[in-house]
Amino acid sequence: MTDKPGSSYIYVTYIRTTPEKLWAALTDPKMMKDYWFGTIQECDWKKGSPWKMLFADGRIADAGEVLEVDPPRRLVLKWRNEWKPELKAEGPARCVYEIEPVDGAVKLTVTHTIERTGSKFIEAVSGGWPRILSNLKSLLETGEVLMRSK
Amino acid sequence: MDDDAVFRALADRSRRQLLDRLHRANGQTLGELCQGLEMTRQAVAKHLAILEEANLVAVEWRGREKHHFLNPVPINDIAERWIGKFERPRLAALAKLKRTLEGNE
Repeated sequence: MTDKPGSSYIYVTYIRTTPEKLWAALTDPKMMKDYWFGTIQECDWKKGSPWKMLFADGRIADAGEVLEVDPPRRLVLKWRNEWKPELKAEGPARCVYEIEPVDGAVKLTVTHTIERTGSKFIEAVSGGWPRILSNLKSLLETGEVLMRSK
Repeated sequence: MDDDAVFRALADRSRRQLLDRLHRANGQTLGELCQGLEMTRQAVAKHLAILEEANLVAVEWRGREKHHFLNPVPINDIAERWIGKFERPRLAALAKLKRTLEGNE
């Protein structure tokens, strides 16, 4: 079990919304800022376009590019940490968002993988995703995020 | 998908043990999860189905192999509901103090 190559994490949340609204929430900079605890994402969401995540003070947190885009079903990003040298050294990870309608709700699956086994980057993002997804779910279902800052 | 299913799934020692094992090594197959357990393969499969139903376990197929991942999002939803808004910094400080005093850090 530990000799499997690579590291990955899968997060699933069910949100009472539509695929279109969820897609908007995943790609609209204003909405993203609300549930991503103030970080900003810059991207035009076209295949091959650069993608950037910035801290509220403008420093670059992560960067990469759009590998696949198929609204409102699937979005794949190349994702590399840019502010912690030891995480940056691990190289790019891959983040896949998948949206499926299920019984009046929408299932969102986020899969974050990297080729390196025992990745510190995957460990670092694993703590953040549940809180971001809880916030996103709350925003879409109630119009309010649970927490604005960390 | 609902809180009842999450609490029911967590109200069983064997299922919590399976989540602990995934927490230590994520992405295991049924065969790997069965190793060293007192439970039959059928019992483990049944428990995994209940955990999956409650969205506490997410699965990914790689070829013919089904891999199981601990999905902490529903537990986080429950935590945020009652403690997230105001208490998190204080609870984190208390947890850190406890770890320091108990010598785990």
